[in-house]
Amino acid sequence: MAQAPALPTGFELPLEPRLPRIGSVDQVAVEARATDLSRRSIKREAKVFALDLAVRMMDLTTLEGADTPGKVAALASKAVRPDPSDASVPSVAAVCVYPNLVQTARERVGDSGVKVASVATAFPSGQSPTDLKVAEARRVVELGADEVDMVIDRGAFLAGRYAKVYDEIVQVKEAVGETHLKVILEVGELGTYDNVRRASLLAIAAGADFIKTSTGKLSSSATLPVTLVMLEAIRDVFEETGRRVGMKPAGGIRNAKQAVQTLVLVHETLGLDWLTPDLFRFGASSLLNDVLMQIRKEKTGRYQSPEYFTID
Amino acid sequence: MAELEQRGDRTPVPSKWEYASAPESRDIVKLEERYGLFIGGEFVEPRSGDFYKTLDPSSEEPLAEIPQAGPEDVALAVTTAREAYENGWSAASPAERAKYLFRIARILQERSREFAVLESLNGGKPIRESRDVDLPLAAAHFFYYAGWADKLEYAFPHRRPKPLGVAGQIIPWNFPLLMLAWKIAPALAAGNTAVLKPAETTPLSALLFCDVLRQAELPPGVVNIITGDGATGAALVKSDVDKIAFTGSTEVGKAIQRELAGTGKKLTLELGGKAANIIFDDCALDQAVEGIVNGIYFNQGHVCCAGSRLLVQESIYEPLIEKLKRRLTTLRVGNPLDKNTDVGAINSRQQLDKIEQLVAAGKEEGAEIYQPPCRLPEKGYWFVPTVFTNVAQSYRIAQEEIFGPVLSVLTFRTPDEAVEKANNTPYGLSAGVWTEKGSRILWMAQRLEAGVIWANTYNRFDPASPFGGYKESGFGREGGRHGLEPYLDFEGAEAFGG
Repeated sequence: MAQAPALPTGFELPLEPRLPRIGSVDQVAVEARATDLSRRSIKREAKVFALDLAVRMMDLTTLEGADTPGKVAALASKAVRPDPSDASVPSVAAVCVYPNLVQTARERVGDSGVKVASVATAFPSGQSPTDLKVAEARRVVELGADEVDMVIDRGAFLAGRYAKVYDEIVQVKEAVGETHLKVILEVGELGTYDNVRRASLLAIAAGADFIKTSTGKLSSSATLPVTLVMLEAIRDVFEETGRRVGMKPAGGIRNAKQAVQTLVLVHETLGLDWLTPDLFRFGASSLLNDVLMQIRKEKTGRYQSPEYFTID
Repeated sequence: MAELEQRGDRTPVPSKWEYASAPESRDIVKLEERYGLFIGGEFVEPRSGDFYKTLDPSSEEPLAEIPQAGPEDVALAVTTAREAYENGWSAASPAERAKYLFRIARILQERSREFAVLESLNGGKPIRESRDVDLPLAAAHFFYYAGWADKLEYAFPHRRPKPLGVAGQIIPWNFPLLMLAWKIAPALAAGNTAVLKPAETTPLSALLFCDVLRQAELPPGVVNIITGDGATGAALVKSDVDKIAFTGSTEVGKAIQRELAGTGKKLTLELGGKAANIIFDDCALDQAVEGIVNGIYFNQGHVCCAGSRLLVQESIYEPLIEKLKRRLTTLRVGNPLDKNTDVGAINSRQQLDKIEQLVAAGKEEGAEIYQPPCRLPEKGYWFVPTVFTNVAQSYRIAQEEIFGPVLSVLTFRTPDEAVEKANNTPYGLSAGVWTEKGSRILWMAQRLEAGVIWANTYNRFDPASPFGGYKESGFGREGGRHGLEPYLDFEGAEAFGG
């Protein structure tokens, strides 16, 4: 059993003399709490509110070996105008792509306000030398990315080499400067909620603007309990230091119902302050169309067939 | 759409997200204007001729007229149960008894939504709880004891278990149907017949249960349901039954025990509690907060095993209380039938008075009160979830059972002190221990004087797990194999040396 990490330098200690605490997570209880919250019944205007918010919080994502400029251009157009038949549907928050496609995405989103996020640091495995990862992060910013989604080195984390994980995040943060940094924990490889909590606090202490669940490359990803554990870590940091860190569940959120359940979790864990794209994002590819379908259903009272929603 | 609020230089955030109301429809419940007493498989007019109104505590709206059974009615019910016992039920094969219990369990599952709505309507508890806790557990209890009915010889090897005869059963208003299941399932499995009196304020689910008994074709007279207040209960205690099983207040429990002394009637009592929920500084903090909330605000704190005394290790006191207060602001108090309600209505005017009185005493004694901002409905009986900090062991709110959504917080320094404080009460029903250290859980469990001890959870129930108290919390166990014993005689035991 690995020991909890000693607090790395740079961790913002509470002002009052109180022992810093990594703490632990009880698996049974955290899963029970997530299940309870998932049973909230969100209907009518409360649902419309959540669906609209979900669109504004979405990082529309394509991360395939087969991605081409054509594919990414189509995705970026969809990001700007998700539902061409309904002007009241807002743009999504960002498009998330591989480094080679940043420029294409950048050109297509133009000045719409939609951000371009790029993965970096040997995504998805993170198994490369640190200097290459730092260079890659710096390069994607030069290519025009507004946001960088980096992965942590799970190999190092699981081997108990927390300082390496921490240092790498610090260096990447330095390299990207003011650019928004999201740190992907890849929770599916961490194995326990305790590890998810430790990795969350580690990433936050190292300077993450956002913490993100997954790469989307594993089957086990942004479950509600994992999201809850990360939100609670964010809450603890906020309560101790006043610093607001964002959250991005990614992978596995495929329908509007899951998105609404996740927003309930955010609402009841962190409150209204986090219900903004500044502090919360959904990383998803197929979620958007289901949300659009639900929005239209709430507006018209009936479901339309999937053919009415563009596949991009 | 909620308005956006500008805060500092950040992007505006919504000023509110109100969940639209999501009430469970009450149309599924068909209420009679006036009910009878269920005796011999039929609803009969009470010989007393008296009726009273039962209410929806969330609106004070009268729901139906309920008979107030007098001594004659009680005697008739007991005689009927006796006849049913002697003319058939005691001779029925164990597998036959199991068959009826299985049927009842299945019918409860099939009609669970109807029962859940009725339970919330008449008792004030949130539909989320009646739907997810009361009903599944009630059905599970019947399933569990159905399984024992033809295996009693194996439950008590070499002891030749025999039924007692007629069981008189008196149940409280906090879990009306679940307490009914806890009483009737083991009684019938063991081969007894029963006369059950539901609580005065919550008779409706027991009366609907009579319909289930008829649907299951249970022979008439095996289960009889009589309604009324404490006087009816007293008459049942005095009547010609072979056993009394009572769940309720310690005061009434003591009176029953005095009444039965020397009569040879068997007795089990499940009474009050003032459970310690003990939080060590190495616990999983956020989950402990959930456990505290579930321990005391579940069912508005109308739970005999509620974790009403919070014992917190001093080193973790501040962050824990901050988290707890924050969590309280997210509790949703209101319409019990709304699926998003976390805390429902107080069961009765009388109970609300008692809670208010004890809370006033707590303030007077010098405890610090915290109540989250909360809009309560105008009509009905309501009480805001409350936390008292700065509570001394000697305060009334640390000693007496409040039976409401009121938590008293005390601190401790070492495990020894935690045990000492936890046991320093006349009650001994339950306790909770929160720590990541397995060895400490076992160490604590050996020393805590309580019938039920939860580790890293609270208020979890299972029909296979015996439940009951130490000291003034009562005696006898319900649930599990132990729960059969109070409904059996063991006449052959001597032959095997006891």
